[in-house]
Amino acid sequence: MDSLFGVAGDGFVVLAADAQVARSILLYQNDLDKIKELDSHKMMALAGPQADCNLFGEYIQKNMALYELNNDLRLSTKAAANYIRRELATALRKGPYQVNMLMGGVDAGAAALYWLDYLGTLQPVKYGAQGYGAAFTLSLLDRSYRVGMAEADAVELVRSCIAALHKRFLIAQPNFVIKVVDKDGIRVLK
Amino acid sequence: MAASYDRAITVFSPDGHLFQVEYAIEAVKRGSSVVGVRAADMLVVGVERRATAKLQDPRTIRKIVKVDAHLTLAFAGLTADARVLIDKARLEAQSYRLTCEDAPSLEYMARFIARTQQKYTQRGGMRPFGVSCMLAGFGTDGQPQLYQTDPAGTHSAWKANAIGGKSSKNMREFLEKNYPTEGGLDEAAAVKLCIKTLLEVVDSGAKNMEICLIRRDTPVETMSDTDMAAVVAQIEAEAEEAKKASAGSSMETS
Repeated sequence: MDSLFGVAGDGFVVLAADAQVARSILLYQNDLDKIKELDSHKMMALAGPQADCNLFGEYIQKNMALYELNNDLRLSTKAAANYIRRELATALRKGPYQVNMLMGGVDAGAAALYWLDYLGTLQPVKYGAQGYGAAFTLSLLDRSYRVGMAEADAVELVRSCIAALHKRFLIAQPNFVIKVVDKDGIRVLK
Repeated sequence: MAASYDRAITVFSPDGHLFQVEYAIEAVKRGSSVVGVRAADMLVVGVERRATAKLQDPRTIRKIVKVDAHLTLAFAGLTADARVLIDKARLEAQSYRLTCEDAPSLEYMARFIARTQQKYTQRGGMRPFGVSCMLAGFGTDGQPQLYQTDPAGTHSAWKANAIGGKSSKNMREFLEKNYPTEGGLDEAAAVKLCIKTLLEVVDSGAKNMEICLIRRDTPVETMSDTDMAAVVAQIEAEAEEAKKASAGSSMETS
């Protein structure tokens, strides 16, 4: 039921996630931040049951912090994405985490966005979407994404995806969290 | 099952000593000195840096390390043993964060390290860590805290302390003499006291020491060689002054 969007440009990544927690016919919460900050320049939006999202997201977060302390070295976005994929693939044959993700980060000015699912799929993308929202918005992203587009235009593109959902999607998702990461770190947009 | 008897190497001697633990404490004495000083709102940790070989990269020898975002650790003793202990502490800190959604307190981490060190004095097939640790960080109330652990597995909090090296006792006495009884220290005074104490054992001045400044909510700062040299020069000038003054007064009396 969750909707996640991501757009990567030159030196920045925009991630957006709905803020809803719902099960069956019941809505539990509509102000949850589903975009976890893995370190100062990496973030990950997670879709799936809230328990799995929290458990897996925090597990990755803490292991990356431990890696940094032990090696005095931070994982690159690519390395982190491959590490996350590996954790998912290992868990798949034991007790899989039911999480699908968009993970983005900026290192040394270069931005990267990755699409991951619970089966252990890892795909670098320029833009991507997860959940029911993907069916409504991939066409929009296909048409409007431009190589080298400005950060403000990318945020606008994500906002237009949210608007498309509001117009056509049966399930109401009024609240979204949008986050941008660039060379100065992560910031939250309204 | 005879093997299970030989495995325990830390057994009491008839007069109640644990020799292996005492030997481990001896190993700490053979290590380089560490001094920790608690100021009013920050901490200073200094270590004696033994001369590195001509072709060695000095940056690969680290005696002050980060265990968690808010926790700095300096050790005296066997570097190899310390690495294992530090790895355990780092893992525990992240594990605590994962389960408790909060950073472990300094007291908790000191207790954890001490508990781990104690475990290695009582279980079979183990050898005690030849390491004493000095932990510096901030409590939940935001106040600076300084803890010490030793190979026996005790932990204790201090205003200022010295571990490691043959003259750690002298250094502690020096700190006791010079730490103000009331009012605490400001940053400059704490740095000066730390360097002054280290100079009791380090002969070639600023070159052979490493000083870390630990402030609240900011990354740990390692003092530059020039800053250290400036403080050392200041201390030497003061010592010279004092000597002259005492020489002058003794002339007057004679």
